[in-house]
Amino acid sequence: MTAAFVAGAEMPLKRRLKRAERARQFRALGLVAPLLLFLMFTFVVPIAGMIWRSVDDWEVPQVMPHTVAALSSWNGQGLPGETAYAALAGDLQAARAAGTIGIAAKRLNYVVNGFRTVLTSTARNLKTAPEPGTAKDTLIGINPAWGEHATWTAIKSASGPVTSYYLLAAVDLTRDADGAIVASPDDQAIYLDLFGRTFAIGLGVTTLCLVLGFPVAYLLANLPTAQSNLLMIFVLLPFWTSLLVRTCAWIVILQSEGIVNGSLQWLGLIDEPLRLIYNRFGVYMAMTHVLLPFMILPLYSVMRSISPAYMRAAASLGAPPATAFFRIYLPQTIPGIGAGCLLVFILAIGYYITPALVGGAADQMISAFIAFYTTETVNWGLASALGAVLLLSTLVLAAVYGKLALGRQNTGGLKN
Amino acid sequence: MSANHSPRTLSQRAAWTATLVAATLVFVFLMAPILAIVPLSFSSGAYLTYPLPGLSLRWYEDFLSSPRWMLSLKNSAIIGVASAVLSMILGTLAALGMVQWKSKWKPLILAVVLSPMVVPVVITAVGVYFFFAPLGLTGNFLGLILVHTALATPFVFITVSATLQGFDMTLARAAASLGAPPLLTFRKVILPLILPGLASGALFAFATSFDEVVTVLFLAGPDQRTLPREMFSGIRENISPTITAVAVVLTVISIGLLTVIELLRRRNEKLKGNMA
Repeated sequence: MTAAFVAGAEMPLKRRLKRAERARQFRALGLVAPLLLFLMFTFVVPIAGMIWRSVDDWEVPQVMPHTVAALSSWNGQGLPGETAYAALAGDLQAARAAGTIGIAAKRLNYVVNGFRTVLTSTARNLKTAPEPGTAKDTLIGINPAWGEHATWTAIKSASGPVTSYYLLAAVDLTRDADGAIVASPDDQAIYLDLFGRTFAIGLGVTTLCLVLGFPVAYLLANLPTAQSNLLMIFVLLPFWTSLLVRTCAWIVILQSEGIVNGSLQWLGLIDEPLRLIYNRFGVYMAMTHVLLPFMILPLYSVMRSISPAYMRAAASLGAPPATAFFRIYLPQTIPGIGAGCLLVFILAIGYYITPALVGGAADQMISAFIAFYTTETVNWGLASALGAVLLLSTLVLAAVYGKLALGRQNTGGLKN
Repeated sequence: MSANHSPRTLSQRAAWTATLVAATLVFVFLMAPILAIVPLSFSSGAYLTYPLPGLSLRWYEDFLSSPRWMLSLKNSAIIGVASAVLSMILGTLAALGMVQWKSKWKPLILAVVLSPMVVPVVITAVGVYFFFAPLGLTGNFLGLILVHTALATPFVFITVSATLQGFDMTLARAAASLGAPPLLTFRKVILPLILPGLASGALFAFATSFDEVVTVLFLAGPDQRTLPREMFSGIRENISPTITAVAVVLTVISIGLLTVIELLRRRNEKLKGNMA
């Protein structure tokens, strides 16, 4: 009787608990959902859209749909047939009437330099639709380029729906007339240099931050709490000061009539002002200053957790201080060094404002080019492709950072 | 672990002295911009050089009487407060959900939530610019507030999560066992205890928005130019002493925010200490 009663009650209780737990999980998900939806709309989808733009080949299919359709059956050998020429003539006339010729011309000009002129002049000279069967001769008569194989492979290569053109261009590669991947011509092959420069500046800034940050973190970690809290202000205050304020201040300090040059001249150490800003030196100074706290804080939190007993043990076993430091202390700071370096490097390679303001033309990093192609020359495909490469590098490094930070139970101090 | 450094030997003392000297130099480097710019803003001359010809408040007057600077201050405040409120709500709810949620997808969701902090801002700005332009969200406040909220929410999320990690969930269970419905438990038990974390999260969010310039460069029209945006063009063209005055005002605001956040952090730590 009792046993039956207990068994009868136990089942619903178990189920009730399960159901309560499920409801709890559901409610938890409901709390996270608003942020996820919000980030979808303001962050994830926009960035996915940007990546899509780096392969999206919409211009030629939109402006010249009949030509694209006619070329889909062309095998790429010799010249296409009369149908393709007729379709092209029709598309050009329609595009000229709609005023969209420039869109396709811009896209095709990326493939063959000078294509813009071919397309616009042909459209201009094509007064009336050619008689049936004469489209080929008419078009070649207007511009002999239409009798060249390369012209048509260019159109075919830009016929969409997706293209590898921008992504290849972002790493200094292109396709030749046969579609094989080859190196870009020298005057267009600037992006590998750009990535190299971006990573070199990132590496330089990271090294400087480590060299400058290490003694500070060590000092803060080994001082009594009251004193280190006080000195921490010197790290946190610049950290909290507006990026633009600090950049502006560095210009004031380093410019040719600035404080540094003024003092050096006053001391008679130099006759001419040194060039300290609008060059690589200025970029290193300002960026190291901005990113230094991101190195000090994780280093500090790791060093803080290293027990002094280890060093004492090493000393008591007869290790000289230098040996004890390199063999005992330094290895224990590796997680902090790793986290700090990764964090600084990740932030450095994405920098835009500081190099834009304190660097010269030869110091601009990848972000500046992404902004330039977006707002100035409106080459959104290339801007997106460069962005995609930068994003990939960042995410890979961030994943490594995440692994490191997770392994250390999130002690790597971000702003909290 | 305090005062663990008691140099005994000569070489230890030398190493400690070297550390002190190196660290002092770095502190000077860190403080140099602030130390250099504050006196200049009080100069009576129009050139940014030392020695100062005399002291005056004319550049502060210039700032306060310029409609352009005042508009940008107002814009920054509007966008900053709106994004702080929005990201505080979204970030806090998500942090509350994430502590209770158990799933194998959690690391992925966490990565998405934190990613606005990692992705280079220029990429966010370009992506949002492409996406928002056809929706009519460029050249107005709404678009900027939405983006700044996205950029600021990770900071709120981290701050509130850190507070919740020290939060004793048995208190919430106790409230529930005494018959309080979830919303009442939240209002009467959870909220008062995590309020300092919430407040510092909101301040972080405000500071993030208040200092952000890249997305503003892409999305703002002439009527939404913020303080950092005006500073950006000012630095590009020609640094006038007015900019140094603005810089000092901004620095004072930062110091204020930092102080409040630090006080909140200490209070929170004390609370945690009492509960443990």
